[in-house]
Amino acid sequence: MAHLDRLSGNEAVAVAMRQIDPDVMGAFPITPSTEIPQYFAQYVADGLVHTELVTVESEHSSMSVCMGAAAAGGRAISATSSAGLALMYELLYVAASSRLPIVLAVSTRALSGPININNDHSDAMGARDAGWIQIYAENNQEVYDNYVQAFPIAETPEVRLPVMICQDGFITSHAVENIELLEDEEVKGFVGEYNPEHYLLNSREPLAVGPYDVTHYYMEHKKQEAEAMKNAKAAILEQARRFEALTGRKYGFFEEYRMEDAEEAIVVIGSTAGTAKATVDMLRAEGRKVGLVKVRVFRPFPGEELARALKHCRAVAVMDKSEGFSACGGPLFAETRSALYDLESRPKLINIVYGLGGRDVSTKDIAAVYDRLHHLAQTGQVGEVYTHMGVREEV
Amino acid sequence: MSSQDMVEIRWHGRGGQGAKTACLLLADAAFSSGKYVQGFPEYGPERSGAPITAYNRISTERCGIHSNIYEPDYVVVVDEGLISCVDVTAGLKESGAIIINSSRSPEELRPLLKGYRGRVCTIDANRISREILGAVFPNTPMLAATVKVSRVVDPEKFAKDMEESFHHKFASKPQVIEGNMRVLKTSMEEVQG
Amino acid sequence: MKRAKDIHENSPWQDLTPGGEIYEPATSLLFNTGDWRTQTPVFLEDKCKQCLLCVPYCPDSAIPVKDGKRGEFDLMHCKGCGICITACPFDAIVWKEAE
Repeated sequence: MAHLDRLSGNEAVAVAMRQIDPDVMGAFPITPSTEIPQYFAQYVADGLVHTELVTVESEHSSMSVCMGAAAAGGRAISATSSAGLALMYELLYVAASSRLPIVLAVSTRALSGPININNDHSDAMGARDAGWIQIYAENNQEVYDNYVQAFPIAETPEVRLPVMICQDGFITSHAVENIELLEDEEVKGFVGEYNPEHYLLNSREPLAVGPYDVTHYYMEHKKQEAEAMKNAKAAILEQARRFEALTGRKYGFFEEYRMEDAEEAIVVIGSTAGTAKATVDMLRAEGRKVGLVKVRVFRPFPGEELARALKHCRAVAVMDKSEGFSACGGPLFAETRSALYDLESRPKLINIVYGLGGRDVSTKDIAAVYDRLHHLAQTGQVGEVYTHMGVREEV
Repeated sequence: MSSQDMVEIRWHGRGGQGAKTACLLLADAAFSSGKYVQGFPEYGPERSGAPITAYNRISTERCGIHSNIYEPDYVVVVDEGLISCVDVTAGLKESGAIIINSSRSPEELRPLLKGYRGRVCTIDANRISREILGAVFPNTPMLAATVKVSRVVDPEKFAKDMEESFHHKFASKPQVIEGNMRVLKTSMEEVQG
Repeated sequence: MKRAKDIHENSPWQDLTPGGEIYEPATSLLFNTGDWRTQTPVFLEDKCKQCLLCVPYCPDSAIPVKDGKRGEFDLMHCKGCGICITACPFDAIVWKEAE
């Protein structure tokens, strides 16, 4: 039995953590994810969880705590943002390559500089190649639902990879909205007991984790990791299926919104998808054939599936909430364009970098993107492929 | 999602005055009456006294829009001094209202509002709070006045819900509940315009 | 269970353990590092007072101790660093003559 509440995105994550009752949390605060360990510390103090809360002096250490705990055989969690995620960078790779199924909540924020505490995806996108599964949320409900699904995905024996559960810092992390929560027992039942095959605290089996890997073995281990990431696709869909059976809420690699006959579409990640859906509704009411694809799972990237979803469109704008400095577009654009390459006929594609450092995105901004796509579809003139939305400039 | 039944409210306050708290309390009250709500601050570095903005969307359906509010139905000004330094009526619908914490009358304030032709309401939140609670906590009176003017929540149901939440919030000091309830009711009665 | 003895430099990726985990102790017994040695120490038992000072100095744990007495060098692991020769107060360890 679900019950209704109203929670911020951060509190929703903390509630999911409490319901899962993991073994260890490595905790270090950073805006805008600070509330997560703050709420969780209260649960620990109130005896609502049995978790060992380890407060450390940096994110390098909070992730190290998680790795030690996970290698020991426990469920380990942390939460971070921006520079905190950057300080974990080295450990992110070690956690993934050591195949430790840690779950990290990321309230995404710009990665300085110039120094800025507001939302964009540059922190999480910077960690996209670290070997972590990355699942992004549009709102508080989704980040809660994604969090509940995270451990079963991470712990799938064919996967054994850590998971980042991302939401937009402030925009959803600090916005109070309605939410449907599962009962504690339902979450515990869904997540289940964690019984790793190998763990350091097993006195019957001595175990070495993370040994030095010489050249003769390194590539084979990386190949294993790459295969595990491919296997994650099936695990993500399997847990989505179980979750739908429990809640009725449907999840996949991405959400297609009014895409059936869409000629012009936007591909986007996170909270902007909600604003874009409202815009799609407005334009549909005017008879425009517009649609939206909201990418939920960025790692593993659902390239073939995304290509199928977009192939009938005439023009597509891929919107990146991070600047990759490739000089030819953001990371979501690069992946999407690559995914479309194998199609016989492809939609015209543009990239729009938007919303950096908390720059607000309204329905009017999104409508302007669809107008540009419409013009592009009509004239076939793509113009500048890689542009930045709403930037002041001399014309 | 139809926008007709959605009410959008923008709060202007100063860091430390409780505008964000009032915004979240309004979201709570609307949630309790069965509505879909959003309550969120526009964030920046937290600086006591600096102007801050917070927003509410209240609707009978879930609202997916996650932008700031540019054309609010109501604007609440928790600190009168903000009128001279912030464009408080920007985008405010003329069918809506602005609710200002001030000892002055709506007629006196209207000339300061850049030609805004909609409803102007005032409430002397500082005085009510000082007289009843002995200190200036303008957010509860502003919340009550906002409910009364916007009727985004039924005022009687709101008073009842707030009493319950005060009992919960002030469980360890029940003596302050009565005062807070008087602030609430007085504010709903005294709001002008 | 994958055993270290079955994993070698020609093993396909499917035969390796995830992340290179090792599920047993003492896998150094499978790997002769003694052949990295260019010089070899010799233990002169008649000069040895069994003070055991050489044992903790050895960086490779290549001096086995049994019943409170050291024995012959474990030449599968000794790298020939000579620290034991310096540590021994009784000249009971010397370099082997070049062959």
